[in-house]
Amino acid sequence: MSSLSPVNPDPSAPPLVHPEAFVPRERPFSARNLLQTIVGGYIPLVVATMVVFLPLLWMILSSLKLPGEIITTDLQILPDSVNVENYNIAMTTVPFAQFFINSTIVTVVGATVKVLLAILTAYALVFVRFPFKNAIFILILVALMVPPQVSILPNYILIAGMGGKNTLWGIILPGLGTAFGTFLLRQHFLTLPASILESAEIDGAGHWRRLWQIVVPVSVPSIATVALVTVVSEWNEYIWPLIITDRPETMTLPVGLTLLQNSESNASGWGILMAGAVLVIVPILVIFAALQRYIVAGLTQGSVTG
Amino acid sequence: MFLALALPNLVLIAVFTYRPLISNIYYSTLDWTLGSASATVVGLDNYVTFFSSNDATKVLGTTAVFTLVTVGGSMILGLLIALALNSKVRGTTFARSAVFAPYVLSGVGVGLVWLFIFDPGYGVLAWILRGLGQQSPQWINDPQLSLVMVILVYIWKNLGYCAVVYLAGLQSLPQDVMEAASLDGANGFRRFVSMSIPLLSPTTFFLLITSMLSSLQAFDLIRIMTPLGTGTSTLIYEAYLQAFGAFNRAGYSASISVILFAILLVVTLLQLRFVERKVHYS
Repeated sequence: MSSLSPVNPDPSAPPLVHPEAFVPRERPFSARNLLQTIVGGYIPLVVATMVVFLPLLWMILSSLKLPGEIITTDLQILPDSVNVENYNIAMTTVPFAQFFINSTIVTVVGATVKVLLAILTAYALVFVRFPFKNAIFILILVALMVPPQVSILPNYILIAGMGGKNTLWGIILPGLGTAFGTFLLRQHFLTLPASILESAEIDGAGHWRRLWQIVVPVSVPSIATVALVTVVSEWNEYIWPLIITDRPETMTLPVGLTLLQNSESNASGWGILMAGAVLVIVPILVIFAALQRYIVAGLTQGSVTG
Repeated sequence: MFLALALPNLVLIAVFTYRPLISNIYYSTLDWTLGSASATVVGLDNYVTFFSSNDATKVLGTTAVFTLVTVGGSMILGLLIALALNSKVRGTTFARSAVFAPYVLSGVGVGLVWLFIFDPGYGVLAWILRGLGQQSPQWINDPQLSLVMVILVYIWKNLGYCAVVYLAGLQSLPQDVMEAASLDGANGFRRFVSMSIPLLSPTTFFLLITSMLSSLQAFDLIRIMTPLGTGTSTLIYEAYLQAFGAFNRAGYSASISVILFAILLVVTLLQLRFVERKVHYS
């Protein structure tokens, strides 16, 4: 104890606390405390939130403006009227509806297969006896650290050679192997009590039944986390679809948006480009708003375990 | 049974993650135009060409600046936001999600939105600068300003990740140690500098590594904001431009990928080495 600590000789007195430590709680509405809360707490939070939201709000507002409302030296904040013309132009200049369908197919098929593979691999790693299991797990861990960007050229040559250029399967296939989902689910499966599986084993349930009737139902939050993170990354995936497609029929939204950018390179195109950006950004923003708890947990996983 | 369950995934990982590493090394020894049926083995010529040209200084310099500034910027701002989020005021849950949001959004969409804001003619920034009696700088045409612009947007997109990880770190600080410090009369700033920062060192180290890995792989923003890579060509972007840009120099591009991979490998190994020796205070 330092000399600054008050001495409390009476053992029956309330626990020892420094009087100053509780001053704010005793007078929660003091002017000083209020000022401190606002300056130290609210202002940084409000500023940070604004810095995030204003550009996105600007995107939405601009997507509803006519070219005349954008090409002006005086900033016009609100559009004169809600005008969806930019969306119409974006849809007709490039096949945006097709991009949207392609992105949806790639995301749904890709994410479903990846989550399934992750469940199966993680189950095998945790619950099935097999030699070299640890070595296999380490190979998966290392794959987690191999950046997909350095694999682009060899994968392009392989997939293009298989006739996968400008096909949806060509976009989906190279990304299907999943180290991230496997790792995350394995860590979760390891925490499941062995007893629930043992009783099922005694009842004669095979691996397949144990997986789907016991392990999966009790792991829904972890599987949801993996699924959501996978959906987000499939939807946003850019470098690979950009390389493997050069025809609009099979482009995904981010690639299609690049195409739109090339055809709307003058200033009057900003409203149209913002409409395109809305179509890419808003679906994920909605999913994030609804299920952010899982997504944040999944993406920051590892920070706690090191 | 094990193989029946795990084999599909393992094969996919082997074919699309491990095989490319080896193929890249092989391609990097070739003088080979993408799409051409023939290639000549040239040994280490591609590496010699890269390191003896101006490209090397330019690309490695850009990569270093981009990585250091984005990692430092996201981490420092992320820590400051985490401190604000850690205060006991209402609305922190909402603010936490809000600052994290850009991290999950499409880099292509985000890049376009910011490109519009930076537009020297009709962007919001140009308008603000005009109000201050200033001309908007040529963000897009000036190579150095292009790099500044991409760095700023990258930090905007990624600092929420650092903030949330730092917040988790702050919330797991041992409360008894912090209270003891305040009993000893340490004020908030003092507690932060001599208690929180050292106690957060495992979190800082984790963020340093993960942020470096992702900055070294940053592609989407660079591609959409500066397609030609003028002033913004990092290793990953140079590898892309060489193979899929105008030149189709596949062998040369592969050699740059191998260099990038070597750097990433060093960073990863550093992580593995230091995680073992993680400092525990409590």
